[in-house]
Amino acid sequence: MEIIATRPKSLTKAQFTYCPGCTHGISHRLVAEAMDELDMRNKMMGVCPVGCSVLAYNFFDCDMAEAAHGRAPALATGMKRARPDMHVFTYQGDGDLLAIGTAEIVHAANRGEHFSVFFVNNAIYGMTGGQMAPTTLPGMKTSTSPYGRDEQDIGYPIRACELLATLEAPYYIERVSLLSPQHVLKAKKAVYKAMKFNKEERGFTFIEFVSTCPTNWGMEPMKAFEWAKENMLPFFKLGVFKDKSVEEEGK
Amino acid sequence: MAEKVLMKGNEAIAEAALRAGCRLYFAYPITPQSELIEYMSKMMPKVGGTFVQSESEIAAINMVYGASGCGKRVMTSSSSPGISLKQEGISYIAGASLPAVIVNVVRGGPGLGDIQPAQGDYFQATRGGGHGDYRTIVLAPSTVQEFADMAPLAFDLADKYRIAVLILSDGLIGQMMEPVEFQPAKTDEELEELGRQHESWCMYPNEDEPNHHHHIINSLELDPHVLSDLVLNLEKKYNEIEKNEIRFEEYNISPDNEIVCVAYGTAARITKSAIDELKKEGKSIGLIRPITLWPFPTEEIKKAVHNNVKKVLTLELSLGQMIEDVRLALEGKVPVEFIGRVGGLVFSPEEVKAKIEEIL
Repeated sequence: MEIIATRPKSLTKAQFTYCPGCTHGISHRLVAEAMDELDMRNKMMGVCPVGCSVLAYNFFDCDMAEAAHGRAPALATGMKRARPDMHVFTYQGDGDLLAIGTAEIVHAANRGEHFSVFFVNNAIYGMTGGQMAPTTLPGMKTSTSPYGRDEQDIGYPIRACELLATLEAPYYIERVSLLSPQHVLKAKKAVYKAMKFNKEERGFTFIEFVSTCPTNWGMEPMKAFEWAKENMLPFFKLGVFKDKSVEEEGK
Repeated sequence: MAEKVLMKGNEAIAEAALRAGCRLYFAYPITPQSELIEYMSKMMPKVGGTFVQSESEIAAINMVYGASGCGKRVMTSSSSPGISLKQEGISYIAGASLPAVIVNVVRGGPGLGDIQPAQGDYFQATRGGGHGDYRTIVLAPSTVQEFADMAPLAFDLADKYRIAVLILSDGLIGQMMEPVEFQPAKTDEELEELGRQHESWCMYPNEDEPNHHHHIINSLELDPHVLSDLVLNLEKKYNEIEKNEIRFEEYNISPDNEIVCVAYGTAARITKSAIDELKKEGKSIGLIRPITLWPFPTEEIKKAVHNNVKKVLTLELSLGQMIEDVRLALEGKVPVEFIGRVGGLVFSPEEVKAKIEEIL
């Protein structure tokens, strides 16, 4: 019998603590597979955020640091500067990266720090119980926007990729989604590319995963995928927002 | 003997940190510590180290957390309002048991305050400063020489106990020029050895290591029983530090003392001048100068205040913060008087002399 798929070496044997139907399992796996495929695990340090993936240090089988809310890019800066011979990634959610940690992500990207950021956007604060996030869609009901997000009162969702793509330094920025098998296959390619650029010390790389939160959206997992395709993808458009390798390699 | 050079306190502490093996420094500009960050920006590249001017003090202390988690000697510095911003990171550094050196060139507060010397950050410095149950070692220099000497001391203590060490200077010591003599710089071999001392716990991915490890730098523990054990372990460390690391200076302490003063840093310098003047007039006044503000020289103060001492005088550039620790030390044995200045003002030796004469 031939084994065609197995647990990546870069994941520990610990059982995920995510809700049923949550997409964190998929994005964890994609990051770990890229680490395996590029043989980076023994040179890798990761940073976990505050949010649902706060315990990700139990799942990624490499050296890990747990950051204060939003500070993962600052930690990663300190880590990469301390060990420039090693590779670094952060794994962050939307509240972490686009609310409390906006300054840290913008300036780390602007300095062109040599690490990868994996950003999970599910339009809600999951861990604290479904409050409004900086990426919550207009009209979307959450536990702190019970009448729906009023963009006249609290503003529109922030688009991370578009924001960071205005900066000169970032090397590669792409938004992918985890909403169907086809999307996941595309996401896998993007994660691999970011990790490859990371390994080659090309610069700052950023992958956004448009994801779901069935628990706090109050939907069954399959319904959540459909809802996200209909509502999130028109606002958070998939695609490559920056890829300096195209210019460098003249493709 | 090494050559003495005339230097500002802020530059002297930076040079001394480099000599102590600090190769990573992250900070944000603020007066009156700007010479420190400027010195680092100029000199760090020359020793092959890393200097990053961060986007905020919050980012700087979290860069320190990341670099320290890799087992490296790392420092940040700021002045009072910036140190308030760093408190989040200092709490996490305490929770994760990371070594770090933080310099506070204290200025007048609260709020933006002013940029003159003050000692209003004593409570913040000696009570942890951020959230949760923790301590940082606090060193208080009173000369530029002592400020510089505290860099290697702070790094050694930080490494030994895996703790944040705060050097609590002020705008006067930071800005003042005095002759200073530096300890020799660490050799490459010593630096390499320093780099290896934390390998058992720090993040150090290693391609060649046969047994893959999984080191985690973390202050999160959701099980209250486990967290309780972790905090009780911190307490053991703090008890150890209280036992071993108290530092203080006795000045003119004798059985003839009728009054014993307690002052640190700049306030202690001024007090010494007043004591010298009073000595000429035949009056015997002693001074205890705490050098570590935490751990505080509680027993040492109690010992110096013998039965002939009528009063204790605490002198601070604040509304009176250390005086609480002095009173706790003396347990009501003698009255504790106070002279203070706030707003960045400094008392003169004459004012101190007059106060001592008043209470004699």
